[in-house]
Amino acid sequence: MKQLLLIAIAMLAITGCGKRETRVEQGNRDQILHLGNGTEPQDLDPHIVTGVPEHHLITALLEGLVGLDPKDLRPVPGGAERWETSADGTVYTFYLRKNAKWSNGDPVTAHDFLNSFKRILTPSLASEYAYMLYVAKNAEAYNTGKLADFSEVGFKVLDDHTLQVQLNNPTPYFLSLLNHYSWYPVHLPTVEKHGPVHERGNRWTRPENFVGNGPFILDKWRENQIIIVKKSPTYWNADIVRLKEIHFYPIDSDDTEERAFRSGQLHVTQTVPLPKIDVYKREKPDLLRIYTYLGCYYYRVNVTKPPLDNKEVRRALAMAIDRENIVKHITKAGQIPAHHFTPPGTAGYTAEARIPMDVDAAKKLLAEAGYPDGKGLPTIEILYNTSEGHKVIAEAIQQMWKKNLNIDVQLVNQEWKVYLDSQKQLNYQICRAGWIGDYPDPNSFLDMWLTGGGNNQTGWSNSEYDQLIREASRAADPQKRMEIFQKAEAILLDEAPVIPIYFYTRNFLIQPSVKGWHPNILDHHPYQHVHLEAAKK
Amino acid sequence: MLRFILRRILQAIPVLIIIATLTFFMVRLAPGKPFDAEKATTPEIRARLEAHYGLDKPLLQQYFSYMGNLVKGDFGPSFKYANRSVNELIAASFPVSLELGAYAMCIALMLGLLAGVIASLKPNSPTDYVPMSMAMVGICLPTFVMGPLLILVFGLTLGWFNTSGWFFPSDRVLPALTLGGYYAAYTARLARGGMLEIMHQDFIRTARAKGASEKRVVLRHALKGGLLPVVSFIGPAIAGLVSGSFVVEMIFQIPGLGRYFVTSALNRDYAMVMGTVIFFAVLILVMNLIVDIVLVWLNPKLRFD
Repeated sequence: MKQLLLIAIAMLAITGCGKRETRVEQGNRDQILHLGNGTEPQDLDPHIVTGVPEHHLITALLEGLVGLDPKDLRPVPGGAERWETSADGTVYTFYLRKNAKWSNGDPVTAHDFLNSFKRILTPSLASEYAYMLYVAKNAEAYNTGKLADFSEVGFKVLDDHTLQVQLNNPTPYFLSLLNHYSWYPVHLPTVEKHGPVHERGNRWTRPENFVGNGPFILDKWRENQIIIVKKSPTYWNADIVRLKEIHFYPIDSDDTEERAFRSGQLHVTQTVPLPKIDVYKREKPDLLRIYTYLGCYYYRVNVTKPPLDNKEVRRALAMAIDRENIVKHITKAGQIPAHHFTPPGTAGYTAEARIPMDVDAAKKLLAEAGYPDGKGLPTIEILYNTSEGHKVIAEAIQQMWKKNLNIDVQLVNQEWKVYLDSQKQLNYQICRAGWIGDYPDPNSFLDMWLTGGGNNQTGWSNSEYDQLIREASRAADPQKRMEIFQKAEAILLDEAPVIPIYFYTRNFLIQPSVKGWHPNILDHHPYQHVHLEAAKK
Repeated sequence: MLRFILRRILQAIPVLIIIATLTFFMVRLAPGKPFDAEKATTPEIRARLEAHYGLDKPLLQQYFSYMGNLVKGDFGPSFKYANRSVNELIAASFPVSLELGAYAMCIALMLGLLAGVIASLKPNSPTDYVPMSMAMVGICLPTFVMGPLLILVFGLTLGWFNTSGWFFPSDRVLPALTLGGYYAAYTARLARGGMLEIMHQDFIRTARAKGASEKRVVLRHALKGGLLPVVSFIGPAIAGLVSGSFVVEMIFQIPGLGRYFVTSALNRDYAMVMGTVIFFAVLILVMNLIVDIVLVWLNPKLRFD
């Protein structure tokens, strides 16, 4: 009762003051960035987590061997001030900077990196992203328990500040890979102090325990409410860091996030509610950003069950979708119609093969498959995880196939985990899917379709394709490598175990005061290059 | 009285065991596993992950080891939030839900009782129709409409409150109104019904015949009995309120317990599902016990049972 009265008084006090200074205005003055960050992070341990919100936090707190240029994503010096590559492209030598420090004052050494790599690869930690390190020699064997001696894995400390990495194959995207948090170092003595190093459930990531080497240090973590990071005085490049604090808000609901932005509580949002995109385009286009993103929205086809085991039927379906229409009238946020699977311009690669929109050819293919004008073809089911956005797209495709091919389609939706399970068990005919590349290279989109690959989930298998992808991983000549990928993607599209629909865009809202937030396909924004500048009134 | 309470507590134990057992097996039988993800990791890593949480053991063995820990009050580690235990997650979020629930309950009782009692004094007159129509609207307007509406008016247009968050005392106002308004509407209808029934009882007529003032009749004689339906209602209602509301917490970004009831099930975070369900069951049992004690105190007829 007393508290209620207090609230009433507080209410009056607030209303008495008139318009208050918003959080964004305060932030602009004090260099405090307020970010919407999607959802509560699982953890802040780079060797445990798997998500994107975690990525946003970890890049503020820890630093890997190389960084990315905020504009063009080119690898730039990070924890290492320079590196050398052997002539055959399989050995990288990193020279760590000698002035790099952990937030407790310890120097960052090559041993820290080595021990971190060892930690993520240790089987008992069961790190879900350990496979990101499989490009290194014997890393896979060690992680799967086939090799017990870590000294045989391709990491070697030459001296305190020199680290050598031996790869299985020349891997042109290796430096981009290093920017994934699975390659980030942790401060092992701290981890040791707060629990077993090679087991899950370690408490070293609590704010009172955390030690990092990034531009910011962890200050507060209140679950489902806020995570605050503060500028680190020990960061080697602290001079260029202009933000004093970043406040990350785990706001699950995109409507709530948009309202928080509109009322001046957030500088940058994670996303924009779909119906609001048109409104912002019309009324406040300067606050809305739409970037192309390294990802593809597509349909998986289960090739193990008739009639979709027939390549012609799959091709016909893929060719009878009007992608331009979907992008223009349904998704509406600048998405690019996808006539191939790898997003255009991924590390300079754009597939030449296409799945065209060609209704006549599609009809012909269907007739050749024994279903002239769709006759005799049983009803096909499209599965999607329950969501309004997926539903409207599925409905559009249902109509297009009915109109263009005279095929009956039924829509089925399932709750997220049930849908994932159905996909894994190949318990579907066609299902909606999305893929975001882990690193900007066609390999990230094409090696998933290898026979029996964990993310294949279509039952599709093609020995020529498998061989090409393996060949690409060994190819030293970049030009030749791209040619191999072209051939592989041509096979993939011809066989159509996947029906690409559109390439993702990232849509979000941003206050004009945020500077140094550059558009890029990975949506990486190194915070050391971001600052706030309020417009002069 | 003490024997009555003791007996109820003893009765609660098998109920809890049944609830825990059913939940344990139901959540494990649901399709989809805790570590299914859009990006599949390798089968080896996945197997080790499941082994870490004991999911590779036979189901019965998992069950008995879980129940063993439960007796010690240990809900185990959360599958989703790797560095936190279920106990910690509940301990951090329950006070928030408790606070919000307390405000909402106060609002519900103040508005609801007032409206209900006033409406019951002159049935089928404007002083009945107006509060009861408002209550009807209150029941029909779900929180996911009421919340954004309040935010639109008091947050975005008038700028009196933050649109979301749980940082300042003023951040409590809109969510408490959203949640409390809904319960106020129910309370009003129940209070009116209870009062109408009691006002026709013989002892009220006796009180009037003795010349008691109308005020005295209502406040002194009728109210205690008229509120019986409200009391039976608010027991479970309080349990529901203080354990949080998923919708209200999402709309206002409140770090309460309610969200875990939904997200833990969606994540198939078995440990968290078990934790929230058992915690809620205990709350309900405790609240019902309190309600029964209060009812006995309010209604002399029940004392002989």
